[in-house]
Amino acid sequence: MKKIKLSTLVLAVAAPLAAALVSIVISSLAVLASHKSPFDAYKTMWEFGTTSSSLMQMLNTATPYYIAAVAIAITFRAGLFNIGVEGQLRLGAIFGAYLGAKFILPPVLHIIAIMVIAMTIGGLWAAIAGYLKVKRGVSEVISTIMLNSLAGGLSSYLLANYFVDRTTNSNNMSTKTLPASGQFPDLMPLLNKIGVEDQPGGGVYGMLIFAVALGIVFWFVINRTRFGFELRASGSNPIAARFSGVNSKRMTFVAMALSGAVAGLAGLPAVLGDTHAFNMGFRTGIGFSAIAVALLGRNNPTGMAFSALLFGFLEVSSRSLELIDIAPETYVIMQGSILLSSVIAYEVVRRYKITLQSKELAKAVAA
Amino acid sequence: MSVAVELRHISKRFPGVIANKDVSMSVETGTVHALVGENGAGKSTVMKILYGMQRPDSGEILVNGTAVHFKNPNDAIDASIGMVHQHFMLADNFTVLENVILGSEPRHGITIDFAAARAKVVEMAAQYGLEIDPDVLVEELGVGQRQRVEILKVLYRGARILIFDEPTAVLVPQEVDDLFNALKGLRAQGMAIIFISHKLDEVLRVADDVTVVRAGSTVAQVKSKDVTARQLAELMVGSELPQPSTHGDTRRPEVTLALKDVSIPTQSGSRDLISHVTFNLHAGEVVGIAGVEGNGQAELVEAIMGLREYTGVIEFSGSDMNHLSVAHRRDLGIGLIPEDRQRQAMMMESPLWENRILGHQRGKPVMNGFVLDKKSTIADTKAIMEEFDVRAPGPQTLAAALSGGNQQKFIVGREMSKAPLLLVASHPTRGVDVGAQGAIWEELRRAREKGMAIVLISADLEELIGMSDRLLVMLRGVMTAELDPAKTTPEQLGSAMTGAA
Repeated sequence: MKKIKLSTLVLAVAAPLAAALVSIVISSLAVLASHKSPFDAYKTMWEFGTTSSSLMQMLNTATPYYIAAVAIAITFRAGLFNIGVEGQLRLGAIFGAYLGAKFILPPVLHIIAIMVIAMTIGGLWAAIAGYLKVKRGVSEVISTIMLNSLAGGLSSYLLANYFVDRTTNSNNMSTKTLPASGQFPDLMPLLNKIGVEDQPGGGVYGMLIFAVALGIVFWFVINRTRFGFELRASGSNPIAARFSGVNSKRMTFVAMALSGAVAGLAGLPAVLGDTHAFNMGFRTGIGFSAIAVALLGRNNPTGMAFSALLFGFLEVSSRSLELIDIAPETYVIMQGSILLSSVIAYEVVRRYKITLQSKELAKAVAA
Repeated sequence: MSVAVELRHISKRFPGVIANKDVSMSVETGTVHALVGENGAGKSTVMKILYGMQRPDSGEILVNGTAVHFKNPNDAIDASIGMVHQHFMLADNFTVLENVILGSEPRHGITIDFAAARAKVVEMAAQYGLEIDPDVLVEELGVGQRQRVEILKVLYRGARILIFDEPTAVLVPQEVDDLFNALKGLRAQGMAIIFISHKLDEVLRVADDVTVVRAGSTVAQVKSKDVTARQLAELMVGSELPQPSTHGDTRRPEVTLALKDVSIPTQSGSRDLISHVTFNLHAGEVVGIAGVEGNGQAELVEAIMGLREYTGVIEFSGSDMNHLSVAHRRDLGIGLIPEDRQRQAMMMESPLWENRILGHQRGKPVMNGFVLDKKSTIADTKAIMEEFDVRAPGPQTLAAALSGGNQQKFIVGREMSKAPLLLVASHPTRGVDVGAQGAIWEELRRAREKGMAIVLISADLEELIGMSDRLLVMLRGVMTAELDPAKTTPEQLGSAMTGAA
C-alpha cells in the first residue's frame, strides 16, 4: 500500500517538473533566436519579478485569472468548454459598475449586491449558449466565441451611449464612480501590519480573499456534493451519467449558467478594488489566459492557484525584458510552451498511471 | 498435409491482462483448427499476435515453414493471413461488391475497374459456396450475410489462412449452420481455418483439431474426434461448469412491472423500434427476452428505465411511471445492468469507489443528504468487492485497470447492493469467467426467491432458458411468441428468434 502512495507522489511531481524543464528549453531557444542570452533574461525577470511591487502586481494579475479559471473549470469538469468567459466577465463588470453606482447600501451589502448583479448578467449571457446547446444542439464552443464578439461590441456601445458618466470631462469614457460602500477594501492596510511597506502604485485587491474562498467552495461542491458528482459524471461519461439518472440536458444548461455566473465576477477585482468604475482601460484577454490557467492547473483548485500565480509572475516580470532589449512578448512563448508541455506531460502520466495500476492489479490477482 | 501456421513458444506480457506465456500451436492446411478458452484466457492475444496487431516478446511464428515477423496486419495479409472480425467492419451504404473491393480496388487508369472486380467476386463466391448478390446494399443484409461479405473481403485479398474471431457470437443457430457449411467448403479448397470460440458444442461440430488456452498458456492440442465437450470444458477451466437454472416457482401474486401497449415510434415514421409490447412481470419472476441483437431489446430497456420516449403505459408496482425521470425510476427500486458496461455503466478513469456512486447518487450509503459520504462509500465498495469477488487492489483502483469480467462483477454487485424490486439485466454474465458466471446466477436466484422481479436479456440462449420463468421472443420490435423455457430447446428458441418457426 505504502509503495503505491510513494509512486503516486513521484508521478504527481514528475509531470510538472518535466513540463517546466521542456518549457525552459523552448523559451531559451526563443531568446537565443533573438541573439540574447537566456540566462540574462531569466536573471532579469527574477530580479524584477521578486520585488515587493512586482509581487503585488502578480497577485493582482492572478486574482481575476483564478476566478475566471474556476469558471472555465466548472465547464471542463462537466465535459463542456466555455470559451465565452471573456465576454461574460466584461458584461458582468460593466453592468455591476453601472448599476452599482446607482444605489447606496451599507458597505458589505453593497459589494454583495454588485457581485449578484455581475453574476446574474454573466450567468444569463452564458445561459444563452447553454440554451442553444440543449435545445438546438449548437456547440457551446462556437456559440460562446460568437457571444464574446457580441459582448465586446455591446459593452462598448452601452458605455459610449448609455452608461458613460457625462458629469466628468475625461477622455477616458467611464461609468460613474462607485460610492465608497461599493468599493472593495484594499489589503494594503493589513499588509502594513505584518511589515510590508507601501509601494508606489501598489496595493493588493481585496478580492484576493474572495478568490481563495471561491476555490474552497469550488473544491467542496465539485468533490463532495451530489451536484458535483453528477456534474463530473456528465463530464467523464455522459452516457453512463444519463443511464444513472442524471438529467444531462439540465446539467449542461446549469453548468454553463453557473460557469457564466462565476465568470461574471472575474472583472470585479479591478472594478471594485482599483478603478471603482468600468472604463475603456478595462483589461482584455483575462478570459482567454484563464483557459490556459485552468488547463495548466488541471481544473484542480490548488493547481489553478499555482498556475494563476505563475502566469501572473511571468506577465509582470517579463516587462523587465525590455530593459535588456528583449521583446517582452517572449512571455507569451513561455506561457504557450509551459501549457503545451504540461498538457502532454499530464497525458503521459495519466496513461502511465493506468498501466501501473494494471500491473499492481495483475500482481494482486496472481497472488 | 503440410503445416500452414505454427506458433512456437510465444510469450507476450501486458499490464492488466493475463500475458501469453509459452503458447504453441500448429495448424495444418485443409483443416479447421479451433482455439478455445474462457473469456480472458488469452485467445485474443494469440490471435492479435498472429494477425500482426501485437508483437510477441519472444517465440516464433512460422507461415508455411518460414519464420515471419509481422509489424502490422498488412504484413500478415501479405503472408496470406486474413481475419474475419467479430464486429463487422462494413460500410452500410455501399454494395456488397464495393465493400469487398474497398481498399484494394482493381484500377483501370484512375477509375475502378468494376467489371473485373465483379467477375472476380462472383467467381470466388461460387467457388467457395458463398453465394450473395454483389449489387445489394449491405444495410439490407442480415447478420449472417454480412459475415459472408466479411469472408469474401478476406478471400479477395488472397488469404489462405483465415482467422475467425468468435464468428457465431452474433448468429442464430440456422445462420451458424450456414457458416459451418461455408467453413467446410473453404477447408475442402485447402484453406487453413483458425476458429476462435468458447462454445464447445460448436467447436466439436466443425473443428478437426482443438487447441485449449488456459490462463494465457496453451494447455493441450487434441483431435476433436478424441474428446468430449466435458473433457474440453475441464481442460478450459479445470473444474466443473456451473449450470444456469432456477428451482421451483417463486412467483408472487403482485405485479412488479406492467407494460401496456408500449411502442417507440421512429422519427422518420418508418417501422416502430418496438411495437405494442404488452406483458406483466410478477415479483419473484424472471422474464427472459429472447431475440437477435438489434430487434428492439435495447430500446425496451431504455423505455423501462425512462431513457427514451414511448407511447403506451409502463406501470411499476401498480402505479403509472410514464412521467417519471430515470432518477425517480431508480429511486423506486429499479436496478440496471446495461448491455455495454464501459459506455453505459462506468467512469473508466475514476476509482471504483466513485463508480460505486454512479446510479445511486441520490441516497444512502453514498450520500448524506446532498453531501457525499466518502468514508461510507469506500466501506461499501470494499464490501461489494469482497462479496462479488472483484479482483482489484482496493476501492481506489481505477475502473479502467480492471478486466472486463471484474468490471461486470462490480456492476452486478453495485446494482444488487440496494436490493432492487426490479432488476433490468442485459447480458449480466457477458465476458465473465465461468466461476463468476456461476456466482452471478446464484445471486440472481437468491434475489428472485426474495421476490425480486427480473427482466433478463441475453444472447446466451442457455442462460435465457435456464434462468427464465417465461420467455418472450422479440422480432423486429414485436413480441412474436411466448415460450415455456422448460419445454424449449436452444434450437427451437433460435428458430423463434429468426421468425423461422
